[in-house]
Amino acid sequence: MGWRVVVDMDLCESNAVCMGILPDVFEVRDDDLLYVLEERPADADRAKVAEAVARCPKQAIRIAED
Amino acid sequence: MAPAGLPRRIVVVGASLAGWNAVRALRAEGFDGELTLVGEEPHLPYDRPPLSKDYLAGRVDRGRLDLTAHDDVDALALDRRLGIAATGLDLGDRILRLGDGTDLSWDGLVVATGARVRRLPGTEALAGVFALRTLEDADALRADLAGGPRRVVVLGAGFIGLEVAATARLAGHDVTVVEAAPTPLVRSVGELVGRTVAELHRDHGVDVRLGVGVEGIEGEARVTAVRLADGTRLPADVVVAGIGVVPAVDWLDGSGLAVDNGVRCDGTCLAAPGVVAAGDAATFPNALFDDEVMRVEHWDHAIAMGAFAARRLLAGDGWDPAERFAPVPFFWSDQYDRKLQSVGRIGPGDEVELFDGDPAERRFVTVHVRDGRVVGAFGMNRPRHVMRLRGLIAERADLDRVRTELA
Ligand SMILES: Cc1cc2nc3c(=O)[nH]c(=O)nc-3n(C[C@H](O)[C@H](O)[C@H](O)COP(=O)(O)OP(=O)(O)OC[C@H]3O[C@@H](n4cnc5c(N)ncnc54)[C@H](O)[C@@H]3O)c2cc1C
Ligand code: SF4
Repeated sequence: MGWRVVVDMDLCESNAVCMGILPDVFEVRDDDLLYVLEERPADADRAKVAEAVARCPKQAIRIAED
Repeated sequence: MAPAGLPRRIVVVGASLAGWNAVRALRAEGFDGELTLVGEEPHLPYDRPPLSKDYLAGRVDRGRLDLTAHDDVDALALDRRLGIAATGLDLGDRILRLGDGTDLSWDGLVVATGARVRRLPGTEALAGVFALRTLEDADALRADLAGGPRRVVVLGAGFIGLEVAATARLAGHDVTVVEAAPTPLVRSVGELVGRTVAELHRDHGVDVRLGVGVEGIEGEARVTAVRLADGTRLPADVVVAGIGVVPAVDWLDGSGLAVDNGVRCDGTCLAAPGVVAAGDAATFPNALFDDEVMRVEHWDHAIAMGAFAARRLLAGDGWDPAERFAPVPFFWSDQYDRKLQSVGRIGPGDEVELFDGDPAERRFVTVHVRDGRVVGAFGMNRPRHVMRLRGLIAERADLDRVRTELA
């Protein structure tokens, strides 16, 4: 069973809060768009991803189990 | 089984952002004792920032405000006491008194009662006068603005007042902002940024009146005008007071908890043995900023402090005192199509450096330097820079390092 990071780009407003928490996974570039660099981060990063989920001001991030 | 002395019966007072994140963290950390959530509002936790932005504009509906949307609320196994205020606290006997006459006993307490908005004194009976803190406040203002083009006067150019001004302006209302200070927002973001934000509103046709106080509000059943100290009379259909908040801690009077502009915590969010506090209601010394005692009224802060306070509470005496709650405060504000973001602590004496971009283009970053160290930053439509600066401030970077890393 794996998990992956899903960002709802219609909700995301590129404020880069998630990048502040986990720059290896989330990156807002100079075009002001968010790029998910790693859809399937290591399990060790799961707590940080969960923190990004809670702290995204737009509730745009979720963790999908598959 | 938890060791003796650790909490088994926790009450969280305040069912909003800080309280909810304390609840989440308590369960996530494995606390499986009794957990009660007491909240004065009848709602499950909802999100306030949209109340002055997308929700006020009618762009998002009530469902989007739900802070529990991603949670399995049943699995949290909460005893919910919503629509009931805490009215008193006995620290010795560990009793919490509720407005419905019940007493709750606890061995762990989270104080997260946030802040209450200041309303214009003497206008309680006057229609058309609003303040904005709760869902009901937003619904009332939204309904009134829907009644047609209005002359809106916003009193106080703080962030929430300015957001209301922007939202109302974009909806086609005639908007005036009145601020007693010569430049808005100076205390939180400094002179250059404050001036630029005032200009941003003027770009959009808002009448921004600075350096003038309010003398009185006119009207019989409904507001008709605002009188200014310089003699001006501004005709008004709607007045929105954006004059700040006070921490909602009056219910702690006489409890023995130290209260001074909020519940006073130590550097680990502890207010007394078995009692932690978080969010808009709490003050704490921040080790990252020379132990400056701060009360932070930001969304992100309520989440971080709520979660930290929960962990602190569960650890009891086993907590390592060296592990401090020492955040780099962050807030954002959306006005028109601009994203305003601020990180760190900006003080009046700081040197301000325009770091990137141009205020005239409404896209720029400033950094704020104290004794050689970067202590704060502000960005308008520059999220990437601001968030990288947040990390550098946490590492106590100086200006040279910031220049190198962000080059
Ligand atoms: C309109 C608006 C827009 C905002 N926009 C932004 C923004 O863009 N960016 C940003 O960073 N921040 C913003 N904020 C600030 C942010 O919402 C607050 O910092 C955050 O809500 C604080 O959370 P809290 O849980 O500490 O307090 P609160 O949200 O104030 O919640 C406290 C809760 O405790 C309850 N309570 C109070 N007294 C009692 C009692 N005696 N017993 C039981 N319950 C009690 C209250 O009813 C309330 O539900 C905004 C706030 C408002 C009002
Ligand atoms: S924190 Fe949320 S809104 Fe901000 S960039 Fe990340 S996903 Fe988008």
